[in-house]
Amino acid sequence: MLFGGIDIGSRAAKVVVMKDDAIFASTIQDTGPESVKTAYMAINTALEGTGIAIEDIDYILATGYGRVLVPFAKANVSEISCHAKGINWYFPSVRLILDMGGQDCKGIACDGQGRVTSFVMNDKCAGGTGRFLEMIADVLNIPLSEIGDVALESTTAIPFNTICAVFAKTDAIKYLKQGAAKKDILAGLNEAISTRSYNLLKRVGIQKDFTITGGISKNKGMVAKAAEKVGLEPLLCEDPQLVGALGAALFARDKYNLLKTKG
Amino acid sequence: MKALGIDIGSLTTKVVVLNNGVIETSCVVDSDDEADTSAKVAVARALGQANINLNGDYYIISTGAGGKATSISQKSKAISSCLARGIYHLYSSARMGIDIGAESGIVFKINERGKLKDQASHDKCAAGTGVFVKQMAKLMQISLEDMSELSLDAKTRPEISGTCAVFAESEVISHVHRDPPTPMADIAAGIYYSIVSRLMALCKRVGIEKDVVVTGGVAQNKGLINILEQELGFKVLVPDNAQSIVALGAAIIAQEQIEKGAK
Repeated sequence: MLFGGIDIGSRAAKVVVMKDDAIFASTIQDTGPESVKTAYMAINTALEGTGIAIEDIDYILATGYGRVLVPFAKANVSEISCHAKGINWYFPSVRLILDMGGQDCKGIACDGQGRVTSFVMNDKCAGGTGRFLEMIADVLNIPLSEIGDVALESTTAIPFNTICAVFAKTDAIKYLKQGAAKKDILAGLNEAISTRSYNLLKRVGIQKDFTITGGISKNKGMVAKAAEKVGLEPLLCEDPQLVGALGAALFARDKYNLLKTKG
Repeated sequence: MKALGIDIGSLTTKVVVLNNGVIETSCVVDSDDEADTSAKVAVARALGQANINLNGDYYIISTGAGGKATSISQKSKAISSCLARGIYHLYSSARMGIDIGAESGIVFKINERGKLKDQASHDKCAAGTGVFVKQMAKLMQISLEDMSELSLDAKTRPEISGTCAVFAESEVISHVHRDPPTPMADIAAGIYYSIVSRLMALCKRVGIEKDVVVTGGVAQNKGLINILEQELGFKVLVPDNAQSIVALGAAIIAQEQIEKGAK
């Protein structure tokens, strides 16, 4: 049996195809301006070279911002449920998820079955989102994939008193002009963002085990700071950016099985 | 001895010099990265000097984002106190002030004696500030003045989220690229409306009371003032030199200090 999950996020589109309870194919791509086109491109890239066509997948389920605009998906589920479901497949002991995405940040609490018990999200402000980090990486002229490692080299983080992406960018430029090291600016921003994430998590309740998902979880500097603030070492799965799509594929499997038993 | 008020803002520095309660000279210069440099450059300019030479002839009150960071002033005061004083000096009927600066938005009440009563502000977020307006004009590739004029012809106001300057940018881009595109006049009005709705929330928090005086660089924007008046349901007062009212208030406080010392 083949089950597919597609997660159309604000900045990246993710696909996971599962075969016999294992990840069979996956991809991560930039989200384009047209959701439908993005969805087709992502699934086609994931299936490239596998000899499998979209029609061969028994059930496909969509999640993420663009989940209602996936023509080949039979159902859709919110990304919050999918993250809990997906992480439970890797780590059944996880009870707290910090999902740091392209344009929002969520704190999710879940049970041992991967069901969401509570969540809070910030989708009203770009501060601390992937979008924010893209802007900063651009200002500092360091590739996005390297900013986490650069921040780790800092010993004296520059304190930022704002989390607003616009003001932080202005401040970062000001500090650069004053001769501050890029690593110290990045460390300062990670500190500010982690403090905010921690406050978000406190609202759902801090509990073990803890994990971080979403694109920002690939930023080592941020993960280290978040771990320090929360006081828990996060369990990180193989590709934390794929957790939402993985959860969607698992929901696809459940839906398919439910339909079969009902006849 | 003459009274001198300096308002060291994040984008511009304003100076007002009073001689026996009458404005002798004033100026507005772009702020430097260092608040102290900004203050010295602006004061020298106002006094028509190549290099600052105070010679003990001036009593100086500094205020603004960099008000505490300069060595040339005798004292520093909070922006809102200076604002209340400056506004009351110009309009004794003023009971409420709205100040929209480059990186701040403050709403406050003034009592019958010109003293600051309640205040509410947003200063940790760029949405609803001058930077936001500037960024939007840049995005639409028109000048601040043209954007203001254009908005007066708007037929509708598309909804643009006023909660984050970064997210609002994406919304504006999608309006520009829509098929058919949203008219520029309407987008401009939508942007102003998003700022006004944030200000209105602050106004309601302190309680709306006439007369209302609007100050700060953004007060010169007719398009925004027009929408603010529609929302308030009455006309507001905008002083000619709306940008320099804080510096004026600081100079008035300095004048009072001189008079106290003289007694």
